[in-house]
Amino acid sequence: MKLTEQEQAMLEGEYGWATKKAIEILVTLGEIYGADNLIPVTSVQIAGVSYDNLGEAGLDFLDKMAKGGGEARVLTTLNPAGMDIENWEQLGISTEFAENQRRVIDAFARMKVITSCTCTPYLSGNLPTYRNHIAWAESSAVAFANSVLGARTNREGGPSALAASLTGRTPAYGYHLTQNRSPDIRVNLQTDIQGTFQFGALGKVIGEKIKRTGNYKIPFMDGISSASLEELKSFSASIATYGGITLFHISGLTPEAYLMAIPNIHISINRDEINQAIDSLTDGNVDEIDFISLGCPHLSINEIAQLAELLKGQKVEKEFWITTSRFTKDMANRMGYTEVIEASGAKFAADTCCVVAPIKGRFKVLATDSAKACYYAYAKNKFKTVFLSFEDVVRSAIG
Amino acid sequence: MKFLGRKIYPGVVSGQALVTKMAISFFGGVDPESGEIVERDHELQGISIAGKVLVFPSGKGSTVGSYTLYRLKHAGYAPLAIINRECETITAVGCIIAEIPCVDQIPIEKIKTGQLVMIDAKLGLVEI
Repeated sequence: MKLTEQEQAMLEGEYGWATKKAIEILVTLGEIYGADNLIPVTSVQIAGVSYDNLGEAGLDFLDKMAKGGGEARVLTTLNPAGMDIENWEQLGISTEFAENQRRVIDAFARMKVITSCTCTPYLSGNLPTYRNHIAWAESSAVAFANSVLGARTNREGGPSALAASLTGRTPAYGYHLTQNRSPDIRVNLQTDIQGTFQFGALGKVIGEKIKRTGNYKIPFMDGISSASLEELKSFSASIATYGGITLFHISGLTPEAYLMAIPNIHISINRDEINQAIDSLTDGNVDEIDFISLGCPHLSINEIAQLAELLKGQKVEKEFWITTSRFTKDMANRMGYTEVIEASGAKFAADTCCVVAPIKGRFKVLATDSAKACYYAYAKNKFKTVFLSFEDVVRSAIG
Repeated sequence: MKFLGRKIYPGVVSGQALVTKMAISFFGGVDPESGEIVERDHELQGISIAGKVLVFPSGKGSTVGSYTLYRLKHAGYAPLAIINRECETITAVGCIIAEIPCVDQIPIEKIKTGQLVMIDAKLGLVEI
């Protein structure tokens, strides 16, 4: 791989131990995946923040990178942590976990990483523009940034995203290259889809269908006439979770779609398949719901306004977590939404979410509007799930 | 027998091979406290990778698995070296941060468990 003088100096240790480690990671990955060179990135999103996933080893490594002089060279933000950094006690998080989680956040802060702790960086000050090269981890945000924003990123892991941050570079391969962004399968939607939960179900149907073929990875979709920010956020999370999809195009909606030749290979999706997907995401009994969560991916301010409307004057009987970013929570405070929502008995869990918080086995049945949350509820936390629309999730909490 | 592969992380070691034809998920599939493979129905289930030249086709699973290799190294349960058919991000990054010699693009079916293997990873060299 061809390196610039500065990159060569990083590799020789002139920028300190942490930068050397970081560029070693990038050069090795570049060689594995056949990159000719490294390219500058404008933005990084790091995953692997929850102590529940990192453990002592991950924390130890981050600490060593911070001590080794590691410093973010470009705008870098963080994925959700394992707890609300200001309000962890109320969510039943242990003091020991909170202490360890704080040490993780501190290590990132020492490296000048913005400790945003959200899976929706694009709603919180980290919004790449069209054709920007970026290095993002967090599969839902990766799919959103590539597809909806038209920025360019591979699906990074925690350490490779950190390496990109500390060097401001990423190896030029995969989705960074124009020729690798063309769709290879056309998906025709033959029914109307509305709301975050239906878009989540659609992501599952398409993701699983494409995964089954084994040969295709970039869908070109038509038959979707409009989609809101929240619907695309939900769809991106779901298609990444169920199909490992990193980039999709929607005719008339996403920025690169009009540049693309429509693939000959073609599948269609009908109403029955959407309904089957919705049914398949419910395996729990409605009467046994003991945990309710909205905010996977993190809720937007618009969704919180809607939630405040639905919860006004109501009483929530069950554990109900509203997961969002600190940015959005602060705006909810200012608008009086927080007061209305908390008066109902629902709890804000900012900085975290039900996928990365240490809650394995704590509940039996989760109600949610997120197809992604259903997947991890089972895989990681051993909960059953009830999959409902946003409004019905709120009704299940107060019913 | 000598094979020439590709350097992932340098180092010269020799040790006993532990071979599997199945992919390994370090996060969730290996106990970081003991080095034992704990993935259900894995052909190495119950066997420790500590101190072995671990030979497997490729890594799989969560990218947090890189940190598991780092943790194994610091607990003294890491493999001595890793030989892959085709290395991927999780194993490569794990080897770099844990400083475990690693070579890929090796015909791993020619190596048998228990054989003494010498590796000079910088040269991509593997010798049985």
